[in-house]
Amino acid sequence: MNTSTVLAAAGQVSGGEEVTFWILAPLALIGAIGMVWARNAVHSALFLVLTMLCLGVFYVLQAGPFIGMVQIIVYTGAIMMLFLFVLMLVGRDASDSLIETLRGQRVAAVVLGLGFAGLVGTGLYRALNGVTAVGLDQANAEGNVQGIARLLFTKYVLAFELTSALLITAAIGAMVLAHIERRKEDKMDQVATMKARFRPGNYPGPKPGPGVFATSSSVATPARLPDGRLTDRSTPAILPQRELTAEETTLKGTER
Amino acid sequence: MNTLLLAQDPTLADFGRDPWWLVLIKIVFAFVFGLLATLLGVWFERRVVGYMQVRPGPNQVGPFGLLQTLADGLKMAFKEDILPKAADKVVYFFAPVISVVCAVTALSVIPFGPMVSIFGHRTPLQVTDVPVAVLVLLACSSLAVYGIVLGGWASGSTYPLLGGLRSSAQMISYEVAMGLSIVAVFMTAGTMSTSGIVAAQGDATRLTIAGVEIPAPGWYAILLLPSFIIFFIATVGETNRAPFDLPEAESELVAGFMTEYSSLKFALFMLSEYVAMVTMSAVTTTLFLGGWRAPWPITLWADANTGWWPMLWFFGKVLLLVFVFVWLRGTLPRLRYDQFMRFGWKVLLPINLVWILVLAGLRSIEDWQSRDRLLATAVGAGVLLLATLLWPSRKPASKPTPQEQADNRPYGSFPLPPLDLQVPPSPRTKRVVAEREPANIATGSDSQEV
Repeated sequence: MNTSTVLAAAGQVSGGEEVTFWILAPLALIGAIGMVWARNAVHSALFLVLTMLCLGVFYVLQAGPFIGMVQIIVYTGAIMMLFLFVLMLVGRDASDSLIETLRGQRVAAVVLGLGFAGLVGTGLYRALNGVTAVGLDQANAEGNVQGIARLLFTKYVLAFELTSALLITAAIGAMVLAHIERRKEDKMDQVATMKARFRPGNYPGPKPGPGVFATSSSVATPARLPDGRLTDRSTPAILPQRELTAEETTLKGTER
Repeated sequence: MNTLLLAQDPTLADFGRDPWWLVLIKIVFAFVFGLLATLLGVWFERRVVGYMQVRPGPNQVGPFGLLQTLADGLKMAFKEDILPKAADKVVYFFAPVISVVCAVTALSVIPFGPMVSIFGHRTPLQVTDVPVAVLVLLACSSLAVYGIVLGGWASGSTYPLLGGLRSSAQMISYEVAMGLSIVAVFMTAGTMSTSGIVAAQGDATRLTIAGVEIPAPGWYAILLLPSFIIFFIATVGETNRAPFDLPEAESELVAGFMTEYSSLKFALFMLSEYVAMVTMSAVTTTLFLGGWRAPWPITLWADANTGWWPMLWFFGKVLLLVFVFVWLRGTLPRLRYDQFMRFGWKVLLPINLVWILVLAGLRSIEDWQSRDRLLATAVGAGVLLLATLLWPSRKPASKPTPQEQADNRPYGSFPLPPLDLQVPPSPRTKRVVAEREPANIATGSDSQEV
């Protein structure tokens, strides 16, 4: 048990704790406000990361080092990273548009948000004003990690197992939804690809380029095979095929 | 002997009592250690890789080329700092800083040695220790991903973005394997503080065989060998070193996430990479190789684990691991991305889970009587052996001969040359030789043409 635990149990605030709080609390607030205000989705996510980091340090300050580190590892390190991953895949210019689709929505949201924050703040203040924290000493008696482990695996073991079952179900559900069923015989390995290429009736060589042996260099012009036939394998399926007529290919008399 | 060892081992109560100047000295020492390790590490890597490829490596600047990295660093500082037009300026600036800060911060919970006396103060050779010190290490390595990913994203071009995406997927996957292999260490040591883990590896059980007392190894690298192997592999993946250097694969992505970086920002990325390599070696040493404790032949000398000597053993072990990193880079080719991911999720993770299960089983029967314990272990091992022996092996289908394959081809197949084709010598070669004029060879050395 270290000194911060003793102090927190006695309801006192050490100097270092106070200084850290007053440095990090504004940063956490800036992060929270910036997350809402930032236009760019990635900036928004980064502001949220800042807030989460500050929260992690707050937990450590409040004599809960384990939960603080887990906050940083799991939320900041893994979950926000996955958020960023998706945002980066979406594209870097995914900025919010400033057009209000519902009229007056923004003002209403601000008023409601401030009202809610006021309600929660005053409620907490009135409930906790003058209450001295007890029991932290006993909870951390064997050490913070051991205390949490004891609670998790004795009193709350059922809730813990249920939560893990829920998480596993969600993970498996996500995998099932994202999974594309491919039967074993549909998978083409190298041998199967080679056999399909050399099966009778299939021309194994590279596809002829468009316009080769033809009178035009347009990609819409089908290529000619070495024996003089036209082939449609050189033209994209969506393009209409266009072969010049004999009249078009004859000289127009402009060379004279 | 035992009491002496215990007095040398710092406990959590020994931390947080230093005066401010001592804390400052320790922090500066850890920081300078990171920087110096980078300076020497780059030189070491280039020399060792050079030796492996039978070439000298850098040998011009300073004795043995030792100052080559310093010269390179100075040159890099004077290069033009290019800011791409499409870059996100703030994030582009902060990304390398995040990388370096995370890599250096991890050094703060590494125990460099036991309790020593500095200017009359008894203090552990470690900046600080907390009950969750190993989680601090994990947090640092998980935040280090941000530096790489943001650097890739903020550059505003394709190759860095691809490198950043790769690295985020890679580091998240390998963090899982890494965290699981640390779980075995937690279970055995019963603590998460780094000094506690080093102390737990010290009190080895002593076997008495025929009157001779043999100290059984207490290092977790031996006791928890599967965890150690998986942890080291995950470490290589986590530090983006070859053969797992996919985020900066130069044959595919130019330089990956740092393609657009130049000058000091590029230097910061390089710095963070090498500091991370040294930090990870130090973490591996602490968790699995007994930390600052001397290896066996040295422990015969009674004072091996006291005073400042352990720092030497610690640096020796770190150097050995850094050499392994370099060795891997000099030996193995880069993995393909899908192979790499499959390896992480389908090989390392299941093996780790099964190993933790086995370890938990062994731990739970620890307080049984030795006969019962032996029986339970033997039954488990026997079942495993039987399952391995009786596992139905897949018989390979008999392969048709080439002649059968040729006969079974459908009508109209692509023409096949005869299987016993013998190419006759070309008649043209003989004619060319016959028609050639005899060469007019002049005698004498002055008419030689080169």
